[in-house]
Order: sequence, then C-alpha cells, then structure tokens
Amino acid sequence: MTHTLNPLADLATDTDDVARLLTPDGERIADPDLERWVADVDTAMLQSLYRDMVLVRRIDTEGVALQRQGQLGLWAPCQGQEATQIGTARAFRADDFVFPSYREIGVNYVRGAKPADFVIAWRGEEHSTYNPYDINTATPQIIIGAQSLHAVGYAMGIQRDGTDQVSAAYFGDGASSQGDVNEALVFASSFRAPVVFVCTNNQWAISEPVAVQGRFPIAGRAPGFGIPSMRVDGNDVLACLAAMRWALENARRGNGPAFIEAVTYRMGPHTTSDDPTRYRDKDEVERWRRRDPIARVEALLRAEGGFDDAFAAEVAADADRLGAEVRAATLGATSREPIGVFDHVYEEPHSGLDEQRTWFAAYLDGFGGEEAAR
Amino acid sequence: MTQLTMAKAINEGLRRAMADDPKVLVMGEDIGKLGGVFRITDGLLDQFGAQRVIDTPLAESGIMGAAVGLAFRGYRPVVEIQFDGFVYPAFDQIVCQVAKLHYRTRGNVTMPITIRIPWAGGVGAAEHHSESPEAYFVHTSGLRVVAVSNPQDAFVMLRQAIASNDPVVYFEPKRLYHAKGEVDLEADLADAPPMGLARVAREGTDVTLLTYGAQVATAMDAATAAEDDGVSIEVIDLRSISPVDYRTVTASVRKTGRVVVTHEAAREAGVGAELIASVTERCFNYLEAAPARVTGHDIPYPPAKLEKHHLPDLDRILDAVDRVLDRPNSLTGVEL
Repeated sequence: MTHTLNPLADLATDTDDVARLLTPDGERIADPDLERWVADVDTAMLQSLYRDMVLVRRIDTEGVALQRQGQLGLWAPCQGQEATQIGTARAFRADDFVFPSYREIGVNYVRGAKPADFVIAWRGEEHSTYNPYDINTATPQIIIGAQSLHAVGYAMGIQRDGTDQVSAAYFGDGASSQGDVNEALVFASSFRAPVVFVCTNNQWAISEPVAVQGRFPIAGRAPGFGIPSMRVDGNDVLACLAAMRWALENARRGNGPAFIEAVTYRMGPHTTSDDPTRYRDKDEVERWRRRDPIARVEALLRAEGGFDDAFAAEVAADADRLGAEVRAATLGATSREPIGVFDHVYEEPHSGLDEQRTWFAAYLDGFGGEEAAR
Repeated sequence: MTQLTMAKAINEGLRRAMADDPKVLVMGEDIGKLGGVFRITDGLLDQFGAQRVIDTPLAESGIMGAAVGLAFRGYRPVVEIQFDGFVYPAFDQIVCQVAKLHYRTRGNVTMPITIRIPWAGGVGAAEHHSESPEAYFVHTSGLRVVAVSNPQDAFVMLRQAIASNDPVVYFEPKRLYHAKGEVDLEADLADAPPMGLARVAREGTDVTLLTYGAQVATAMDAATAAEDDGVSIEVIDLRSISPVDYRTVTASVRKTGRVVVTHEAAREAGVGAELIASVTERCFNYLEAAPARVTGHDIPYPPAKLEKHHLPDLDRILDAVDRVLDRPNSLTGVEL
C-alpha cells in the first residue's frame, strides 16, 4: 500500500514559515513588514515585555499547582503562549474591547485583571469576577469561537458610535473550524468592521493536531474572506506586538478587519484534566521548549546589556509576590449563599423564577441555618 | 384607535421603538430594501437608514452573535429570523450567550435583544417554514418568551420586549399577519398591561381553554361553537409563555374545574405538558377531570397539503372539551 502525503499538509504544520523579529536564539533580525511597528521598542520596553511574560508564567504555574492541590477544579495552562498573549495585548489601547477565550491569561493580565480574576471561576465560585466594562474585556469565553462574533458585533457598534476604538477576538486553531469563526470573518468583511482576529495556533486542540482542522495555514484563509492576514512566530513577543499594532492601526484607520495567526505551542495539557502523553511525542515538546518565548527575550536583553542579576531578582520577586496573591485569592475565596444561585438570571422580575426562589428560600429556612453551616 | 393588520402593527411597533430610542437597531436577512419577506420592516430603511436597519449575511448564528456584540456595546438589537425553522443555526448563540451572559457576568452585562420569529403553520408553506419551536426557548432560563395573537398586543408587546433589559423571543403567528384589529397607537406604554400578564379572551364557567398565538383565534371559534351546545368555555390567551401568568390561569381553573390546553407545537415535552403539570400541582383539588392537550402530532411538520390534519382545529378542541366534561368523545372506551 502506498501512502501519499497531501503536500498541503506540510503547509499547515510548517511552524517555521512565519514572520519574526527575534530568533529562538534571541537574535534580533529584520522583517520588512514588521520592523517599522516596533521601531520604538527600547531596552526598557523589552524589559517590560519580559517582566509581563514571566509574571504570566508565574500565574500559570500557580494555577496548575492550586489545581493539583485541590484548590481549583480545573486550570487551562497557557505556558508557551506568553509571547502571543503579551505581545498582542500590549498593543491595545485601554478603550479597545477584547473578547478572550478561557486560555488568555496573559491578555487578561495586561488588560488589568486582578489575581482573583484568574482563579475564582476555575474554583467554581462564580462564572466570572470582573465587570467587563471596568477593563474593557469580556468574560473569558468557553464555547469555542463564539466570541469571534461578539467582537464583530461590538465593532459594528463602534462604527455606529463613530469612534476609533477597535475590538478583538482571541481564539485557537481548533476554533478556526467553527462556523461562528467563519461567519465572523464574513460579517467583519461585509461590514468592514474595526475588529482584529487573533488565532493562537498552539498546534493542538485537546488531542487533535492542527492538520485535522485544515491542510493550509490558518492565516491563509483570511484573504479569501477579503481580510488581510499575517502569520507570525507566536513565540516572538516583538513579532506579535508588531503584527498586532499593524492590525489595530489598520482597523483604527477605517480599513476594516485584520487577522493574525500566531504560531506557538501549548507546552502543557489542554487543561489539568488532560493527559497529552497519550497523543504527542516528548520530542516535539522538547523541540518547542528550545523555542521558549521568554528565554529568547532574556538572550536579547543580555546581548543589549539590559539583563543583570538585579533585574532578574526584581522580576522574580514581583512574580513571587503575584503568585502569592493568586494563592491568597484562591484560599480566601468564599462561596455565595445558596439562595444566590438565582441571582441575575433575569434583570427584571420573572414570576416563574421568583416563585422558585421564594420556595427555595423557605426550604432553606426550614434548616434553621444549618444549611449555611454545612 | 386605528384598524391595522398584525403585520402593520408590528411594523408600527418597530417604528415607534426605533423613534423612541436611538440604540434600537433592526437586523436580519432581506429586511432592508425588501422590507423583509413579510414586509414587517417595510419603510424602516428609508426612515432610519442603513446604520440602524441592517441587511446581514445569510448566517443566523452570525446575526445572533453580532447582536450579542452590539448589546455588549449598549445597543438594543431587534433580530429578525426569517422563518421559524431557520432559527436553529442561531440556537447555540441564543442558549449559551444571549440567555446566559447576564447570569455569567453577575448582572454586569445585559442582553436587551429581541428575537422576532415569524412562526407556526397554516399558510401552506414549504418544509422548515411552519414550525413551532417555542418549547426549546421556554426551557431555556434567561429568556422571556411571548407569542402574540392580535394587532394590539403585537404593537404593544413588541415595544415592551424591545424596552426589556432581558432577551425576549417574540413569536409572530404568520397566519394572523393579515388579520385586522383595532390598535391604540397613541396610548402610553407605561399604561399597558405588563408583557407577562395573561388575558382572559372570553369568560366562561365550564372549561378553561389555555392557548397562545394564532391558536387563540381557533380557541375562540371553538368557544363560540360550544356555546351553541350549552357549554361555556373560558379562553385564556397566555401572551407570555415564559413566564406564565399562573395567577390568571389558576383563578380560571379553580372556577371551572376543567382545563384543556391547545397549541400547534408537538405534544411531547411541549408547553402544554408544563402547563398541565403546573396547573395540576396548583389546582389538583379543584379539578373535576383529567386535563387534556390538543396539540400538533409528534411528527415533523407535514407537507402543506396535509397540514390541516396536523394543526389542532376547532373540532379537535371540542373533542377534548367533551373529554374533560365526560361526554362521548373520540377516546370513549379507549384505554390510554
């Protein structure tokens, strides 16, 4: 039996065919499309990007540990994706509006999420914590790709308000197969909505490699919808920052949507309930470990004289402090009163639900306070 | 008062809501220049412009998801789903997003979206154009579900739905689009009965007949026919099927002791099942007979030439009335 490999499969899985400004070894290289968007990035800015990535990795490490210790029900690790998340998120203005998926820990960190915001939902206390309007970031979305349409609708609202804000949707390679993502691309193109799509191609949708989603690079789909796209090294924070600045500026100037595929790797499991050893090689993980997004910035900083022991110690101390805050927020979490399950189903009175709530309150009262103590 | 068809009353309701609040947008397929396949949005594009009357790509999930984003931004989208049977691609966005975002965000984000659905059968349409999917939405917490039966309610309840900060699924019976009725276009919305209240459409003493939407007209005909036979039927137009106004319903059942529910939708796990369960829980000691359901069969909507055998008509309603009155009927001698 002969086995014929579809030549296009190579294109979908070619993780080197990407635009980059920083090699895995930390060498700063030029890219004609990206270069001008990061011309202002000096050593201090690089240090700041490095710091954000280290802090986010620390939140992630803490989250995994808290889950293993039984303090969180689940955690969706982002290790390996720090450059994608920090690089793109640092390009936003505060008044832009972001629609993240559940794995965008770094994006939400940059947007202003507090330590409790990373853990309370995974602990099962609440479905969300922060008010989306406080940090112009929607509640992380669990339904795969659904938020892409919300970002388009929000951008249509921006158009009607006549402002120069931009909205953005984050989703993964798996989501690129969803009807909602494809419909979002159609709507965004049709209405020339000021929206940026960030597809984090981390190679794996739980156990399915990206080639299952398609035989062609995901960024290559966007032009078919009339949307310009870029495929960047998602482990290169400068490339991600540059591409996102390009995309946001494009949208801000009224040129409509743009699409970024950030090619990266999910170093950990899909979630803490997943066992990636069942479906992928250790070698592959090791290969990506050598392309670590944080190590390459450290290498560049060292070369530029922006990384010394004092700086490393300062960042490590900040990370420890943040990790401790995340832990404290988890351990200090309290649950709503049982009757609170009825809160916010409707904004206005609903006779049917109000009746159930009244009954449940009376039922709880029948325990004479013992229920609350249980 | 003005004589209007239901279609025109809905059109006037949209016009008024858009004039009252600049955040109200209408969006859907063919709703611009065409004015919608039923002309419900006729003239709105000319009056309010393309920024507020949005012809969308043909993708229902896309329409619904974009409406969610617009609501995030502070708009009040009114979405037209072209036909009842086309709502399913939007189901995920409705159930997982529209219905749950207020709960998920602990009240920080409201979803004041009105989902208009030209609804149900009796118009000789092709497959997928005559469905009654209301039970799916009634079963989904976070949504309000209403079904109108006359031009006055259509006009007022649409404006109430749009003004509500909760998402509302608004069912428009296609076979009543051209039925005329008096509409008070000038009355203050604040003086109108709340959207969640049922209406006693006809008072009676022997049997309570619960229904909604186009089936209200059939129920009224049945009540008129029964009167000739010496039976007094109280017809209740529920108007809202989530929530249901059980205060009005139970008052009637406690008076009559007999209850029949009729709707076009299939029977199994339908709205009628919930109504009868709830009525039985609340009024068991008042019931003189087992409640009865008169519904569409548990079949996919049949071909148009056969729909009259599917739709619960006057005779099927009267047969059920005979049943609850323990008079000879189609089930006499039949063990269920």
